[in-house]
Amino acid sequence: MHEYSVCLALMEQVERVAREHGAGRVERIVLKIGPLSGVEAPLLQHAWPLVAAGTLAADAELVTETAPVVVRCTQCGAESEAAPNRLLCGQCGDFRTRLVSGDEMLLASLELARIDEVKASCV
Amino acid sequence: MCDTCGCNITSGNRHLLRPGGRLERSGDGRAAVSVLQGLLSENDHQAGHNRSHFDAHGVLAVNLMSSPGAGKTRLLEATIGALGGEFAMAVVEGDLETENDAERIRAHGVEAVQIATGSACHLDAHMVHDALHRLDLTGLDILFIENVGNLVCPASFDLGQHRNITLLSVPEGDDKPAKYPVMFRAADLVLLTKTDLLPYLTDFDPGRAERCLRELASESPLLALSPATGEGLDGWLAWLRDEVAAQRERVAQGLSARPDIQPEGAALHLREPRGSALPAAPGRGGAAATAGGD
Ligand SMILES: Nc1nc2c(ncn2[C@@H]2O[C@H](COP(=O)(O)OP(=O)(O)OP(=O)(O)O)[C@@H](O)[C@H]2O)c(=O)[nH]1
Ligand SMILES: [Mg+2]
Ligand SMILES: [Zn+2]
Ligand SMILES: [Zn+2]
Ligand SMILES: [Zn+2]
Repeated sequence: MHEYSVCLALMEQVERVAREHGAGRVERIVLKIGPLSGVEAPLLQHAWPLVAAGTLAADAELVTETAPVVVRCTQCGAESEAAPNRLLCGQCGDFRTRLVSGDEMLLASLELARIDEVKASCV
Repeated sequence: MCDTCGCNITSGNRHLLRPGGRLERSGDGRAAVSVLQGLLSENDHQAGHNRSHFDAHGVLAVNLMSSPGAGKTRLLEATIGALGGEFAMAVVEGDLETENDAERIRAHGVEAVQIATGSACHLDAHMVHDALHRLDLTGLDILFIENVGNLVCPASFDLGQHRNITLLSVPEGDDKPAKYPVMFRAADLVLLTKTDLLPYLTDFDPGRAERCLRELASESPLLALSPATGEGLDGWLAWLRDEVAAQRERVAQGLSARPDIQPEGAALHLREPRGSALPAAPGRGGAAATAGGD
C-alpha cells in the first residue's frame, strides 16, 4: 500500500521541520486526512511505527483528524455535506459541484521538544 | 537535463517561503509548529519539475491508470498503430516486475522505458524523472505514462502529467467509479474499454457506469471503445489530437496545464491563512486547486 510511501514522505517533512527549529524530539504530529485524499488513516497509523523507529519522532503521538466531505454547488451555490462517492448538491441535487473540503492530506502541525533558541528566533 | 530549471537553487530555501515554521512557544521548552504542508509536497515539487521538462520540449504527457489488465498496453498498441504516422510518441511503462509491456510497445517501433517498481504499487514523480533521463524528449509529441495496474494508489501521486486517463474495462463491472471515487475523480477522461465483450457480460450497463461517474461530480467525458476490434477508437484519437493541439498552444504562450483535480502543491499552501493550527482552507485539492486547470 502507498501509505508506507506517504509515511516516508511525512518522516522527511517532520525531520526537516524539527531540524529547522533545532528540536531534539518530536512529541506530537497532527495530520489532516480527508476521506477523498486516497489515504486511509488507519493504514497510516499502522505503517508509521515502522518508519519512525529509531528517529527523533519514534515516540511521537500521531494524530489524524478527518475533515468532512463538503461540496459547493456550481448551479445553486449551496454548500452541503456529501458521501465520498455521491458528491451531489444537497439542495438541488445537481452533480456539478466543487469539493470544498474532504480531499486534504496535510501535515497540520508538530509539537517539538527542546528548542534551540538561536535557530528558532530566525524563523 | 536538470541544470537549467533552477529547481536545485530554490529547494534549499523553500522553507523560508512557507507559512509553516511558525512557532507558538509554550513555557516549558516545547513548541507547537504549524506546518500546513501537503504530505506529498516533495513529490508534487518533483512533479512540477517533470512538467517543466515536458513543456520545455513541447510534449503532451498523459498518465494512464486502471486496474490490472483493463487494457492500457493494448490501447497504447492500437493508438501507436493509428497515429504512428502523425505523431512522435514514447511510452514510460510502470510495472511491478516485468519488461513485458515495454517490449510490446517496442515491437511497434516506439521507444519505451520500463520502470520496474518492485513492491511499489504506483509510480511517483521521482521514478518518472529517473525514466526521463533514459529518454530523449526532443521532437516528441506525446509521452504516455502507463501507471501500475491499481485503482487506488496511483491517484495520489502527481507525476507531472498534463492529463489523467482512467480506463474501466467491461469485465470489471459498471459500479467501479462508486467503489474507487478517488481514482475516477482524478480522471480528465474515462475510457470504457473492451466494449466488444458487452454482448457477453449482459449485466454491464454503460449508462450506470456513467451515472456513477457523474455522482463523483465529474464532468469528464466518458468514451466507449474496444482496442481489440477498433470500435470507438476514433473518438479517443480525436480527443488526443485536440489535446496535442491544446498543448502546443499552451507551450507557445508559455502556459502549462495539470489534471483538473491535481493539487496546486506548494503554491496552494502559500495562499492558506497563517497562524491557526487547523484552518478551514482546503489542503490537497479542494476548491482552490480546481482553478488550476488550463
Ligand atoms: N476482448 C478484448 N480484450 C482486450 C481488449 N483490450 C485488452 N484486452 C486483453 O486484456 C488483457 C490485458 O490487456 P493489457 O493491455 O495487457 O492490460 P493492462 O491494463 O496493460 O495490464 P497491466 O499493465 O498488467 O495492468 C490482454 O489479454 C488483452 O489482449 C479489448 O478491447 N477487448
Ligand atoms: Mg500494461
Ligand atoms: Zn498501494
Ligand atoms: Zn445545487
Ligand atoms: Zn530534471
